[in-house]
Amino acid sequence: MDVSYVNPFIRATVDTFSTMIGTGAKPGKPHLKTEPYPSHDVSGIIGLSGDAQGSIAISFPRALSFKLVSKMLQTPIKVMGPELTDGIGELANIIAGNAKQHFNGMNLSISLPNVVVGKGHVLGVQKGIPTMVVPFESVLGEFAMEVTLKTK
Amino acid sequence: MKIMLVDDSATMRRIQKTQLSGMGVTDVIEAGNGEEAMARLQENMPVDLVLLDWNMPVMDGMTFLKKVRENDSYSKVKIIMCTSESEKPKVVEALKAGANNYLVKPFQPEALKEKLGI
Repeated sequence: MDVSYVNPFIRATVDTFSTMIGTGAKPGKPHLKTEPYPSHDVSGIIGLSGDAQGSIAISFPRALSFKLVSKMLQTPIKVMGPELTDGIGELANIIAGNAKQHFNGMNLSISLPNVVVGKGHVLGVQKGIPTMVVPFESVLGEFAMEVTLKTK
Repeated sequence: MKIMLVDDSATMRRIQKTQLSGMGVTDVIEAGNGEEAMARLQENMPVDLVLLDWNMPVMDGMTFLKKVRENDSYSKVKIIMCTSESEKPKVVEALKAGANNYLVKPFQPEALKEKLGI
């Protein structure tokens, strides 16, 4: 995978956090996903297809996921349920959709979001397609993005 | 002003509803996909404006947009795409299909207010 493909998703994450959450998100150094794989509590996943295939996952610790959706809705969310998962799914959808415009000349489609909830879950890797992990820091907490992309 | 929010994300509809309320728009109806929106539109006319997402299950926004524009009964209904689809070809496609305006998520409330002309 061309590591520059990660940059549109990083930019979209920073922009989305600024606009929707009202806070900065500082990306760390992207690195190849290797074992032991990072674990998460809540992940919003978007499939990518078209001139490139793969997925993008935005993953959060449980507490941060509550803070983010509470900020988006401007009301406290305290229960793990449809409101929380819908909010995380929409966040992933916006980031993926925004990133697409920066893939010059490449036609990409995004899927509807899927949200995985489970303390300490690990996202599997697709054989033969490298995944880049991008750690992020924000005043609300740390989170990570995993980008899996294979061009045709 | 009566506005219909069409988005499969309840979170996004809630955000939009809060923003509209802040602008003094409280007559708001909602739909979670294009098919539901077609029914709600028929039931609730006159509707002044639709804020329309693109990627939705059952019936997506583009299909809804084309169906509405085929029906002269809805000729006065303004439709603003409100979507994460940010590429220029998508914007052109929507405007050619009859959308009145286009707003890319994420957006500030001020951007929504400007598009609504409030």
